[in-house]
Amino acid sequence: MKTDELITMLASSADAVDPHALRRRYTLALGWSLLGATLLMLILLGVRPDIAVAARLPMFWMKLAFPATLLIGALFATIRLSRPGVRLGQVPLAIAAPVIAVWLFSAMVLLNATPEEQYKLIFGDTWASCPLTIAALSVPLFGALIWAIKGFAPTRLALAGAAAGLLAGAGGALIYALHCPEMAAPFLGIWYVLGMSIPAAIGAVIGPWTLRW
Amino acid sequence: MSASEDRLKSQLVQGLAGDATAYRTFLKELSAHLRAFLRGRLTRLPDEVEDLVQETLLAVHNQRHTYDTGQPLTAWIHAIARYKLIDVLRRRAGRDALNDPLDDEAEVFAASVTEADDARRDLAKLLEKLPDRQRLPIVHTKLEGRSVVEAARLTGMSEAAVKVGVHRGLKALAAMIRGER
Repeated sequence: MKTDELITMLASSADAVDPHALRRRYTLALGWSLLGATLLMLILLGVRPDIAVAARLPMFWMKLAFPATLLIGALFATIRLSRPGVRLGQVPLAIAAPVIAVWLFSAMVLLNATPEEQYKLIFGDTWASCPLTIAALSVPLFGALIWAIKGFAPTRLALAGAAAGLLAGAGGALIYALHCPEMAAPFLGIWYVLGMSIPAAIGAVIGPWTLRW
Repeated sequence: MSASEDRLKSQLVQGLAGDATAYRTFLKELSAHLRAFLRGRLTRLPDEVEDLVQETLLAVHNQRHTYDTGQPLTAWIHAIARYKLIDVLRRRAGRDALNDPLDDEAEVFAASVTEADDARRDLAKLLEKLPDRQRLPIVHTKLEGRSVVEAARLTGMSEAAVKVGVHRGLKALAAMIRGER
């Protein structure tokens, strides 16, 4: 087939393209998978029993705000990486900012605590299960987001996989925070970050061979 | 912003809105730019140029929904052409076959060559390998120029299935090209 014939073929009856395809697909993917992960949490783990009391404490809201801001940053990164030739710009800074803020706050909390208190602030009661549970809750999001990003054309595949993985991890952490009883910043700064990094790392590894087009 | 960027962009934007004539003009002019761009960068693999022009055009078409009209067209086209070029080089010759650095986006519309060599890979042959539910919609609407309604009547498929068949078929064609290498 000559190139001119290919052009004629591609152009003939080429329909109008949905200008909102990207927003539609990500809304669909995120909406359903957040719902799925929430149900998974409700059925397997349950909301923390003292949530009504906890919700009066600022730390409860900070614990939600941390993954929520990462979710927004990772969503911007994923969307930008879905389109060829769009630069990330300031998005990596927007992702780093909440992590750095939590680390600084953790350092402050730890410096003002006795050694026994420090141990408790870092490990809490649930450190051993926290990262893997976050990663497990991110599975529905991970699957849905890989499906979504495959509908577009990422050119930096490892980075795109990592961004989608981080987005899934942040969603998983946000939902897990409703079950998790821990209320210390150092706990968030270590175990939540670790939990969200698991899907991000998996995304970076599988991106180059699952996202090719 | 160059004059060709402006002109190409407005053709593409009209094409994305459903204007097939503007879209055809866009692809035609784009192919000449791509040919010049890829020739300059595949000097050790001159036989591959026309194949890669075709593969890139197919990619531009299949991914046209990823173009954000607020974005410079050079950046979008350059990223697609670069992605396909690196893909070929990685398989064929290693990155050292790359003569020029690839980072200057403006380069992609810098020159144009309208005379095409023959492609070595025949897309028509690859097209024949597609399953009927993808091949027939493409043959009827894209090669014979029939409407979706006519194609649906001829194949006994629904109109939605014809559209999906065209869309998936062209993506499958791109996947077959990748699989060949």
